[in-house]
Amino acid sequence: MAIKQTTDGIKIWARRNTKEQFTNWIMWFVGTAIFMYCWQGISAETDWDFFWDAPEIAVDISSRAMPPKWDYMTSLWVPLWDTLNIATMGTFLSLVMAIPIAFLAARNTTPDKYIIRNLALLIIVSSRSINSLIWALLLVSIIGPGVFAGLVAISLRSIGFCAKLLYEAIEEIDEKQVEAITATGASRWQVMVFGILPQIMPALAGITVFRWDINIRESTVLGLVGAGGIGLQMQGSLNILAWPQVSLILLVILIAVLISEWVSAKIRGAII
Amino acid sequence: MSEASLALGRTWKRPPIISNPILRWTLIIGALVYLIAAVMTIDVNWSRVYEGLERGKKFILAFSNPNFSDRWTDIHEGMLESIVMALASTVAGIIISIPIGLGAARNIAPLPVYLICRGIIALSRALHEIIVAILLVAVFGFGPLAGFLTLSFATIGFLSKLLAEDIEDTDKSQAEAIKATGSSWLQWINFGIQPQIMPRLIGLSIYRLDINFRESAILGLVGAGGIGATLNTAFDRYEFDTAAAIIIIIIAIVMVLENTSTFIRGKLQ
Repeated sequence: MAIKQTTDGIKIWARRNTKEQFTNWIMWFVGTAIFMYCWQGISAETDWDFFWDAPEIAVDISSRAMPPKWDYMTSLWVPLWDTLNIATMGTFLSLVMAIPIAFLAARNTTPDKYIIRNLALLIIVSSRSINSLIWALLLVSIIGPGVFAGLVAISLRSIGFCAKLLYEAIEEIDEKQVEAITATGASRWQVMVFGILPQIMPALAGITVFRWDINIRESTVLGLVGAGGIGLQMQGSLNILAWPQVSLILLVILIAVLISEWVSAKIRGAII
Repeated sequence: MSEASLALGRTWKRPPIISNPILRWTLIIGALVYLIAAVMTIDVNWSRVYEGLERGKKFILAFSNPNFSDRWTDIHEGMLESIVMALASTVAGIIISIPIGLGAARNIAPLPVYLICRGIIALSRALHEIIVAILLVAVFGFGPLAGFLTLSFATIGFLSKLLAEDIEDTDKSQAEAIKATGSSWLQWINFGIQPQIMPRLIGLSIYRLDINFRESAILGLVGAGGIGATLNTAFDRYEFDTAAAIIIIIIAIVMVLENTSTFIRGKLQ
């Protein structure tokens, strides 16, 4: 807050003083300059004729895509089941790996604060920064195309997410309960099972369902790089420009995502 | 507890997580049935997987010897394009998100506006970026413009939703005090609402920049610009050392962005 003085000597209220105003102006200037630079880069790479054509093409494509080819649905049930499996089994597999990593990464349970903890944190960051499609690309080129590659891709991508949220939950537990279990003469493992696990159980369940919901959404597109699921059908339909099939697949994906979101919200509501 | 049961010396049992036994057993049996069905239908070509382990080892070894130089021009251009797309789309996304976020907050928007804005948010959140990118590439042609538009659209769903929730949580009395001075609608938003949500808006924007960069790395797979195309080619040719180099750069940039955003958010709160 600042007070400004007008030329006639009347004091009026101003939001910022001169210095603040100046820094504010500089920040806007730099921000605008960066944006303009970025925009110039994008614009130089763009064929603007295509841009001005876009509305016509959009109308054209949607007229081809309507109405969806409903009887194509019969060949979508199996890919849909695969998609569900990729997401569910992938989430399950990622938890198996994420739980130990979370215990190694949490400050209060890690056996070694420096080497092991940082190693666990590095695993978490690497898993999180690489998109599941990149994981899928990698796994398709290593273990071949198919549902299994998608499943592993989803689980590797989810490790970071689950382990990060889980180790934060472990760091926030009530130490008194752990102390009480330790006082009974429990071993390290018994302390984990009876002192820590019951406290993080709600968080664990919530994280699992939350990630499962995200994984459903992600596994619908894994097929684009050959990793199974409904995306495979979409890729096939796009390649032969079968727009009525594409629109049906998009509709199915949309419904699947909405259902999974609803299920996840319901379960999380029941837990909390 | 009665005398008799104490005398028998019952041992302590851990209370089950789900207390209702019927629900518990239905869930357990359902999960088992699903597990069996799922495992039966996923056919894994184990000999192919076994063959792949060799390539997997090669890929992991490639990380100790990443090859930055052979495809440096491609990597450099792709990375720059990814960063440019992420930055520009975050800015554009924020500019569009603010009015939509205002419209999606029930405490300041009338019902019709609220419903329209919530509809836009729901649509943007339900569609995966890659799907949006495929459609936009079909409409606008290959190149970073499609990627830019995709990321902007995805940013709207994320930012507007969280912004609207934050606006709904603002302190009513501050906004009322501004209104009592006889302010116009814009002044009311600018002085009554905006100061309350500004820290969170900045934090969310930086977080979204981080997400946008990560997403921009895959948009190239469908021809929407960025590093994804180079990465895809590297995998297709089994040039694992180049792929490793690209992945290392992505991880490094994400780490820098994440630390900056944690630092800035820590300062604001």
